[in-house]
Amino acid sequence: MKAPPFQYHRPQTREELGALLARLDNAKILAGGQSLMPMMNLRVIAPDHLIDINRVANLAGIREAVDGIEIGAMTRQADVLASDLVKSRLPLLTRALEHVGHIQTRARGTIGGSCCHLDPSAEQPAMCAALDAEFVVVGPGGRRVIPAGEWFEGLLQSALGEQEFLEVIRFKPWADGHGYGFAEYARRHGDFAIAGAAALLEAGRDGRITLAALLSFGVEAAPKRLSEAERTLIGQHVDSLNIKPVIAAASALDAMEDVHVTADYRRHLAGVLIRRALNEACTTMRRPS
Amino acid sequence: MSGRFFGAAVTRLEDARLLAGKGQYVDDIDLPGMLHAAFVRASFAHGRIRSIDTGDALAMPGVVAIYTMADFADIAHGPMPPMAPHPLLKTPITYHPLADTEIRHVGEAIAIVLADNRANAEDAAAAVTLDIEYLPAVSDAALACEANSPKTHSQHASNIAATMKAGFGDCAGVFAKADHVLTEHFDIHRGGCHSMECRGVVANIDLLTDALTISTSSQSPYMVRRHLAAYLKRDENDIRVMTPDVGGGFGPKANVYAEEFAVTLAVIKSRRPVKWIEDRQEHFVATTQQRGQTWTLDVAFDNDGRMRAIRGRCIHDNGAYAPYGLILPATALASFPGPYALEALDLSIDVVLTNLVPTSPVRGACRPNVAFLLERLADRVARHLGMDRQEVRRRSFVRADQMPYTTGIKARDGSPISYDSGDYVGALNLVLDKIDATNFEARRNETKRRGKLRGLGIASCVEDTGLGPFEGASVRVTPAGKVIIATGASSQGQGHRTAFAQIAADALGVELEDVTVETADTAKFPLGISTIASRIAVTAGSSVQLAAHKVRAKAIAFASHQLEVGEHDLELDGGAVHVKGIPDMKIKLSEIARTLAGNTGVPLPGDMEPDLAATAYFNSNALTFAYGANACEVEVDPETGDVSVVRYVVVHDCGRLINPLIVDGQIRGGVVHGIGNALFERMIYDEEGQPLTTTYGDYLLPMAFEMPRIEIHHMETPSPRNPIGVKGAGEGGTIPAAACVISAVEDALGPDGPFIALHPISPQHVVTWLDGN
Ligand SMILES: Cc1cc2nc3c(=O)[nH]c(=O)nc-3n(C[C@H](O)[C@H](O)[C@H](O)COP(=O)(O)OP(=O)(O)OC[C@H]3O[C@@H](n4cnc5c(N)ncnc54)[C@H](O)[C@@H]3O)c2cc1C
Repeated sequence: MKAPPFQYHRPQTREELGALLARLDNAKILAGGQSLMPMMNLRVIAPDHLIDINRVANLAGIREAVDGIEIGAMTRQADVLASDLVKSRLPLLTRALEHVGHIQTRARGTIGGSCCHLDPSAEQPAMCAALDAEFVVVGPGGRRVIPAGEWFEGLLQSALGEQEFLEVIRFKPWADGHGYGFAEYARRHGDFAIAGAAALLEAGRDGRITLAALLSFGVEAAPKRLSEAERTLIGQHVDSLNIKPVIAAASALDAMEDVHVTADYRRHLAGVLIRRALNEACTTMRRPS
Repeated sequence: MSGRFFGAAVTRLEDARLLAGKGQYVDDIDLPGMLHAAFVRASFAHGRIRSIDTGDALAMPGVVAIYTMADFADIAHGPMPPMAPHPLLKTPITYHPLADTEIRHVGEAIAIVLADNRANAEDAAAAVTLDIEYLPAVSDAALACEANSPKTHSQHASNIAATMKAGFGDCAGVFAKADHVLTEHFDIHRGGCHSMECRGVVANIDLLTDALTISTSSQSPYMVRRHLAAYLKRDENDIRVMTPDVGGGFGPKANVYAEEFAVTLAVIKSRRPVKWIEDRQEHFVATTQQRGQTWTLDVAFDNDGRMRAIRGRCIHDNGAYAPYGLILPATALASFPGPYALEALDLSIDVVLTNLVPTSPVRGACRPNVAFLLERLADRVARHLGMDRQEVRRRSFVRADQMPYTTGIKARDGSPISYDSGDYVGALNLVLDKIDATNFEARRNETKRRGKLRGLGIASCVEDTGLGPFEGASVRVTPAGKVIIATGASSQGQGHRTAFAQIAADALGVELEDVTVETADTAKFPLGISTIASRIAVTAGSSVQLAAHKVRAKAIAFASHQLEVGEHDLELDGGAVHVKGIPDMKIKLSEIARTLAGNTGVPLPGDMEPDLAATAYFNSNALTFAYGANACEVEVDPETGDVSVVRYVVVHDCGRLINPLIVDGQIRGGVVHGIGNALFERMIYDEEGQPLTTTYGDYLLPMAFEMPRIEIHHMETPSPRNPIGVKGAGEGGTIPAAACVISAVEDALGPDGPFIALHPISPQHVVTWLDGN
């Protein structure tokens, strides 16, 4: 369980990083190393070059920008979890982060690393999908912005180009007092979930839903917005939601199977969890009084 | 027996050092000029080696040598000696140090690469070219029994290595007369074993004398020495085996392994020190695993709930080799009839070879399986009769007034097994009281209001401990007045040092800090067996007691001579022998030791034998039987199928407690092991013997978050079979735990739920069962 030989690089600036990515073949970026190092030690991947971005200036940090919240790719999961700003404006993200790994892995692991690695059960990219986040990436052609809807290209596959790196993730918070709900099921606390779900709701003064986001993750190869089901919620009253179409949508996903669970069980969980997430969103929603 | 230390919950002497990172494990050893080894291992489960090309690999950076079995031909050849020959095994089925002509499971070692560091050795191992002819493999023991199955060893006519039988009484007769008979089929999963420290070996050769020094992360240093000496045709004296700090054993490290031989052979060949540290991936494919068995059992019982007889058959998944002979399946037979006073028993076990890593005893060996079978059957009988589960047990258990109780089963040496002492019904009553079983239904209803299902589980067990033949210990007082204990019993973190020091400190009237315990260096004590089977407190603990009392007697004799006081008027205290009631009339132990260490030309007082020291071996000729009753409560989420153990109560009797803290630690760890068996640990292979769960992301060990608080109550029925009245405590936590948890899950699923006859269960099982499937 030792990685095959590789060359180690440690750029200090975005420019140096960009230059290395442009120049080196078969290179991998090292962020928190919590996914990359195990894969290298198990010899699942064998990059010739490792580009450590831990010292690149200003890649980490959480800040309030004019039109939302920006989280630098190198921001540690522990820092996102501890952030009051995130907790008040993006409470769903905070809620989800409690389920990401363990105190030790969150201390090293980064939000950017998780969003680039794209495990199907990873909570952070999933919440990005629920929140319609935008991924700002930098490459030889300069900066481009990839909306969450286009970020996920398949199993462990993002829209990031070979020579690009993820710089920052931009979030547009939902209105104050919006409802948010999260549910996942993992065999043990901190494991990658077998399946998970998230829900976001906004309602008018009359209690009728004006905006909804519903998401299942860990079920298909990439997190999946249940757009049809979202639409069925619009106009319904929070206290008397018809959730049947929501559960039906989750239970109809093209679920993965693996050595541990069947696709049927995953679909069953998807239905249970989306209901729980939606219920929680109804509970956390602050009603105008 | 009572003293200042025996029985006291003193904190462990070893912990300060270990917790401060000052432990010395095999991997901490660094010798000048040491090479690092990596193994080339089989990547599929069965094949015939055509050729091995090491040319490219030898040319890689840092590589010093690569050996295959053929390269050792001038030193030794053939399969390794069997650790426990058994008459039913016509020919031993042991590994070669490196695969000879056939590979028989994924992970079997084929070649050893020596390089300047481990990374380079791994790079080169990946570059060795193997030409191996594919042979069909079998990974399912039941399929392996079929006539047309592929053979695990292509030269064998059958995969059934042995058929073992045990029983007593007139089984057919009792079955014919009993009010009821039920048949059930059980499926108990194999599972792995994951000590925190994997295996590891550092070996060295003395370039002048050729003597070998081997440090290994093992439970059986003396067995490593004995079998290596036999294999190399050398005298045991030329081989020194040490076990430095060992980070957990739990059974698998009791085997003598091919890697221990291969590393040693590589050292002899290269004449360089070599280190091999098993990594976790290797551990998954090369370290022995637990105990996969399927059973079909009939139980005969009466209307009043009394279980009278059991008969049936087992298919035992042995894996590809039997390094430890038939010890593992033998423990299954010897564990019947558990706490049940059966009139008759008739069992047979087919020991079946499969193309998987071998199984060998892991914490409890097959005792947890048997506890699962018996306890599940008792629940089944209760359900059939619509009777209380406890009541079936109360009517079926061996009663306290029947002790000592001869079960009818024979021990390994053919002698009848007899339970020495205990109160099984008393333990059950106590645990039910402690968990407050009377008010369980109220808790069940409260849980139901939260949308969950609650269940109460119970399980009992009896455990044979103190397996013979012996361990030994020497106790010596140094001229500085310090006490040194040496024993052949190796330690893997159990707290032996503390427990032995407690025993000796009482006998010699010294403080714990004055006692040093040296374990497991074959150069420091002549003989040892193995730290297995909950036997060390009984065997080595008793030896320490016997040796320390010899030393005590000698010190008293010396003082009596010097002080001219009768021996009965002397006692030991404060590091000295003094006259009872007159603490100032004393001779310090240090002075006695100094005198008995001798001075040139000065005769010893009273012509005593030199040295304030003694050695003793305790022959453990009759097993001693610990027992326990467990009860737990689970909450089941009917939607996800999640099971969480919310309460766990243990009543345990291992005779006299040397140190309750240490025993509690053993029980807690043991229960966690059992909960892992019940709910989490599943070692999955495909039909071709390819392991599919070889990381901790896929192989789920129980973790702290999922574990309940474990509440422990002790009963102390002294064993009459050893001088300190103890029984073993290393496995009693594990043995009934899986049965207890499964019993609770079944109870939670209610009267319409299934009879659960397998483990581990998964959330998916639970959801399916609740669906009525
Ligand atoms: C025991 C354990 C439990 C875990 N449990 C969970 C869990 O429950 N949920 C969960 O979501 N995750 C879990 N993880 C994974 C963890 O969250 C990782 O931290 C995360 O997947 C990767 O982040 P990282 O910063 O460690 O990235 P790294 O491992 O350093 O990199 C991961 C990948 O992303 C690429 N990369 C990283 N940063 C960038 C960037 N800025 N631009 C371009 N590419 C980049 C790397 O090249 C690599 O391919 C667990 C990990 C462990 C070890």
